[in-house]
Amino acid sequence: MPSSPHMSRREFVSIVTAAAGTVMGALIGIPAIGYLIAPALQKVSADAWIPAGPIANYPVGVPTLFNFNRTKVNGWEKTVNSYGVYIIQHEDGSILALSNKCTHLSCRVNWKQDAAAYICPCHDAYFDINGQIVKGPQPRPLDTYESKIEENNLFIHFVGS
Amino acid sequence: MFQKTFNWLDERLGLKTIYDTVLDRKIPKVNWWFTLGSASLFLFLLQGITGIMLTIYYVPSPDHAYDSIQFIMTGVSFGWLIRGIHHWGASLMVLIVFFHMLRTYFFGAYKYPREFTWVTGVLLLLLTLGMGFTGYLLPWNQRAYWATTVATSIAGTVPFIGNFINQVLRGGGDLSAVTLARFFSVHIWWFPAMIAGLIGVHLYMVIRLGISSVPKEED
Repeated sequence: MPSSPHMSRREFVSIVTAAAGTVMGALIGIPAIGYLIAPALQKVSADAWIPAGPIANYPVGVPTLFNFNRTKVNGWEKTVNSYGVYIIQHEDGSILALSNKCTHLSCRVNWKQDAAAYICPCHDAYFDINGQIVKGPQPRPLDTYESKIEENNLFIHFVGS
Repeated sequence: MFQKTFNWLDERLGLKTIYDTVLDRKIPKVNWWFTLGSASLFLFLLQGITGIMLTIYYVPSPDHAYDSIQFIMTGVSFGWLIRGIHHWGASLMVLIVFFHMLRTYFFGAYKYPREFTWVTGVLLLLLTLGMGFTGYLLPWNQRAYWATTVATSIAGTVPFIGNFINQVLRGGGDLSAVTLARFFSVHIWWFPAMIAGLIGVHLYMVIRLGISSVPKEED
């Protein structure tokens, strides 16, 4: 074939085919990859301010248990989890919200007024009224929740499991 | 570089021979009706790929089947597209395979020496319909449930062995989790494997015998 400054028919066809193929490959490939990796791209935020009722419900100096449920959605599956929080209103009006989940093996601790301690029924872990370790196998104090008061209603900050 | 790699592979795999035998065949002058076989093959591959994609999220259990499909449709990027292609591709495949059969029949392409190609083609048509039948139950919605209830009841009207066939299809007396599991198994393993094998035989004969020409007036 004599050399020509112009593109040959064969070259033109190959370039057009390659370009069309690339576009079609992307049109098919991007949805396919997006479909496979979709769960990793969705940021599910479990963050929420849970209303815990009027602050007057919580007597000063006495830990009072507040229970709430949160629904967790994983794909097509819904799981309802229960959470318990001990609310302690101090004399100066400050609020302490303590998770009732023992830091040892996640049993639920109970406030015992006569012992002045949260006692875990599983392995006898003792925590004082502010959640600090008294004795037992637990590695750290009780976990705390952030709390706020708006118009005399208490809210606790749930940051997800 | 590409040429060198290709030559190295070709020397060992015989790629050019495969290409020449499978694709670079001598064919008579044909028309658009002769593309229905390739279209059927393409749709089978498309259904295979989208079906494999769907099993990433689909769960064949009465507890989760419906919810997992809702999740595919609303919670997964392009899930609606993948399922949509599988859904419409299924109907289209039945249609195209059927037209492929009609073409073969009216052009007399089933005659000597292609009778056995026709036989495998009939089996492939039945298996395609079977794929439609088993796939229809998998969404586990009201329509799927009752369609399968009716269809398995129809199978139950066969004289003498009807009840037995019905129970084999349902995996028991009622439409249940067992039915869903076996329809899923048949839909994704048994029938696709059989179809793939039969397509192999079908295409082997197409390549070995060549394709028939458009019948002329004197034929």
